Amino acid sequence: MDYLYFAIRRLLQAVLVMFVISLIGFSIQDNLGDPLRELVGQSVSEKERQALRDRMGLNDPFFIQYGRFLGKAVQGDLGNSYFFKKPALEVIAAKFPATLELVIGATIIIISFALPFGVYCAIRPKSWFAKFIMGFSIIGISVPVFLTAIFSIYIFSVELGWMPSFGRGETRDLLGWNSGFFTQDGLVHLVLPSISLASIMMPLFIRLIRSEMMEILQMEYIRFAWAKGLLPRRVWFLHAFKNTLLPVITVGGVQVGTMLAYTILTESVFQWPGMGFLFLEAVNRVDTPLIIAYIIVVGLIFVVTNTFVDLLYTWVNPTVKLVGQKS
Amino acid sequence: MALLEVTDLEVEFPLVRKTLKAIHGISFNLEKGERLGIVGESGAGKSVAAFAVLNLLSKPGRISNGKIRFEDVELSGLDAKSMRHIRGNRISMIFQDPMMTLNPVLTVGTQMIECLKAHRKISNSDARELSITKLREVLIPSPENRMKSYPHELSGGMRQRVVIAIALLTDPSIIIADEPTTALDVTIQAEIMTLMLDLCKTKNLGLILITHDLAVVSQVTERILVMYAGRVVEEGLTRDVINNPRHPYTRGLIKALPQENKPGERLNQIRGTMPSLGAIPPGCAFNPRCDFADNACELEVPDLMGADSHRAACIHMDKIPAFSDEEAGK
Amino acid sequence: MKAIQAFFTSDLLFRFSKDKVALVSFTVVMVLVLCALFAPLIAPYNPYDLTSIDIMDSEIPPLWHESNGDERFLLGTDPQGRDMLSTILYGMRISLAIGFFAVLLQAFLGVSIGLLSGYMGGRVDAFFMRLADIQLSFSTLMVAIIALAIFQAGFGAELYSKLAIFMLILVIGIAEWPQYARTVRASVLTEKHKEYVDAARVIGMSPARIMIRHILPNTLSPILVISTIQVANAIISEAALSFLGLGMPVNQPSLGSLISSGFEYIFSGSWWITVIPSIVLVILILSINLLGDWLRDALNPKLYKD
Repeated sequence: MDYLYFAIRRLLQAVLVMFVISLIGFSIQDNLGDPLRELVGQSVSEKERQALRDRMGLNDPFFIQYGRFLGKAVQGDLGNSYFFKKPALEVIAAKFPATLELVIGATIIIISFALPFGVYCAIRPKSWFAKFIMGFSIIGISVPVFLTAIFSIYIFSVELGWMPSFGRGETRDLLGWNSGFFTQDGLVHLVLPSISLASIMMPLFIRLIRSEMMEILQMEYIRFAWAKGLLPRRVWFLHAFKNTLLPVITVGGVQVGTMLAYTILTESVFQWPGMGFLFLEAVNRVDTPLIIAYIIVVGLIFVVTNTFVDLLYTWVNPTVKLVGQKS
Repeated sequence: MALLEVTDLEVEFPLVRKTLKAIHGISFNLEKGERLGIVGESGAGKSVAAFAVLNLLSKPGRISNGKIRFEDVELSGLDAKSMRHIRGNRISMIFQDPMMTLNPVLTVGTQMIECLKAHRKISNSDARELSITKLREVLIPSPENRMKSYPHELSGGMRQRVVIAIALLTDPSIIIADEPTTALDVTIQAEIMTLMLDLCKTKNLGLILITHDLAVVSQVTERILVMYAGRVVEEGLTRDVINNPRHPYTRGLIKALPQENKPGERLNQIRGTMPSLGAIPPGCAFNPRCDFADNACELEVPDLMGADSHRAACIHMDKIPAFSDEEAGK
Repeated sequence: MKAIQAFFTSDLLFRFSKDKVALVSFTVVMVLVLCALFAPLIAPYNPYDLTSIDIMDSEIPPLWHESNGDERFLLGTDPQGRDMLSTILYGMRISLAIGFFAVLLQAFLGVSIGLLSGYMGGRVDAFFMRLADIQLSFSTLMVAIIALAIFQAGFGAELYSKLAIFMLILVIGIAEWPQYARTVRASVLTEKHKEYVDAARVIGMSPARIMIRHILPNTLSPILVISTIQVANAIISEAALSFLGLGMPVNQPSLGSLISSGFEYIFSGSWWITVIPSIVLVILILSINLLGDWLRDALNPKLYKD
């Protein structure tokens, strides 16, 4: 029952945050650009304009207009992109798979390196390999994503010519998912962007896993586990690791959102035709509906992942206290 | 030959600028089935001594000198594999806070079965059966259901019973209990202590009980070691030490006990506090707090003196008055 | 100030003098900060002075380059003919200033909210901590990108380029207060019920005075550790935003916008326009991060963890 109460509270909070995001989105629409001009151009007289504004409800009070906006938004209508002359949401949906591909590629790289490295550094903090990893990771977090991207292009594409320098490769449909994962060309194009995107998160996770696990290894129950005469691998990989995973999952949830921000940088350098690249173009063209749609989609991704991670965390962790939230 | 013989044990903690010595050469024996109490204020080094036996010192602590012989095996410097066969198998430990001792994300059953499987070739179902038997021995109601519980679903007393059951799983010959009741409610403390005493007697278990609580020690143990600032200052049969303390520190500890027949009276605290490891005074470490100290006490560290059954490390032990009936209280 | 005294008499200085990494990174940071601070004195040219720039001097490679280096320009010139060395010095000045002031703003907001939240408790506390939760669940960089993109679209590029430095400080500064707030709040909660705070209240000290005189000094070391790392993060964020064209304009470039404007020339062989500011940026951030890491290990403060 407690969990149900917690879950309902958490979901309400998520709805509230989405509400605020939509309000922000709407006030942007209200202040950024004149929808009329985009529709009819400059040549219409002031009188006709006012009549049109009235008819379109643009002279209604703010909250009535917002209500209308919200009503449409809930049905998935966020207006038409000025540039593409198509529903903004449709335009974004078309670019979503490319971004998702990048995020998945980077996540695979992050998980497959950060977990073993982080755990190793926690278990053997004084070994030379751990020191090497830690040194490497601090360099990793100090090099901005766009620099990794630029220099990987410079080295592997321009100088060595091993990799394509920009763009998304050939894609193919598989079970309704159109992706570059299923063609060789697509995979080759994915390598550098995924590595660049992973380059900042991986050291972050290595450091996080290491410090969490080192802290857990100091706990009394770990000492008790040693006192029971258990094998080191059982103490490390069951007793310590299981406790390490929970905080890492929470942070991981937040980092999904951060990764989305970095996709904007990666996509911009590699001219990867994803949501982030689309957003930058929309900003340059002052394509207001598209900007708002992007904000709302990204906000939704943040809120959904965070809510999901919170609910999952509380579900998995038998000890967490169900008072509101982590505090 | 004693079951466990600790000789001249020294433990140190190398820090950035200096090395702190937590234990300055202590020796003690434990016979089979004997119950030994190690008493002292916090910081006296009693827990460190206990952890040193199983080489479970927290970093960067290390044994810098001394011998720890268990049966025929020298434990200091023992390789990891052989040490594993001793830990939790021949010598078990019970820690202070049962809240912190059990892993929060593993069930009681998992934490019991893994201990058995680490030391025996045993099937899962047999390990389960045996674990349930042990839970029953420590008087846990409906043990079958408790096997599936997570630690946070149990009360503090129940948790400590689970920890004791884990310690008993492999029928060890020694249990080292580090303040096993300190973190518990007063009413539960007595229950747990009685349980431990009964178990030790029926199974002829050796017990090293580490505590600051003289009352507990006098009920449970046969012999006492009083520690102060990393040294043993008095040792002897529990009865002798409690009734006739020879070291001013022990005397102070006993006088500080609340006395049942004199409610409302001021407690006799020992003045001052235990020195920190980095600031142990020269000579007898207790001299700044001692009512009987003179200049001679600052010169050198006194050795344990007296008959084998009751020794104390005080150069003035003969001058110290015996407890009057009034002072002894009990 | 007991905390400050303890700071210097602790093992800190001793350990610092023993740690090569700490010494080197501290020296590098100090040198870079001084260079930035005195850029107008050190730099051979003033990159903002349009009269000193000759377009004929554009894209001259660095002095050590095998072909056509020019001894007037040690690190070469950029496409507009500006001396790279001078531009980098001035750029670093802007990057550091934004990093520093953004963190100052973060710390001010975070510490105030943390003190208030911890001291008042109740609904104020619940409100701010929930707000912190929510804000932490959004990526700073994402929020900054969106916010700046909207401002830029709203103001128009020209007006925006004049306001850019303030917008960057504001956006990066506002986005990261929760970490300070949580740490300070946790510290207030532990100190609040200690006797000396009660005593101070009894003798009639005002809550504000109690907080500033007694509680704040206890939070100095965590604040120092957080701030060091945050300066590095703020500089990275600024560089990323400028790289996307949402930050400093080309005529008043930070390191990020320098890298951004050189990016297109990397393919035509004029690598130095991007590479040299990149190296400076990475060395700057790396040194600050190393210093921050060392401080955290050395001071080992109780940082709030989520």
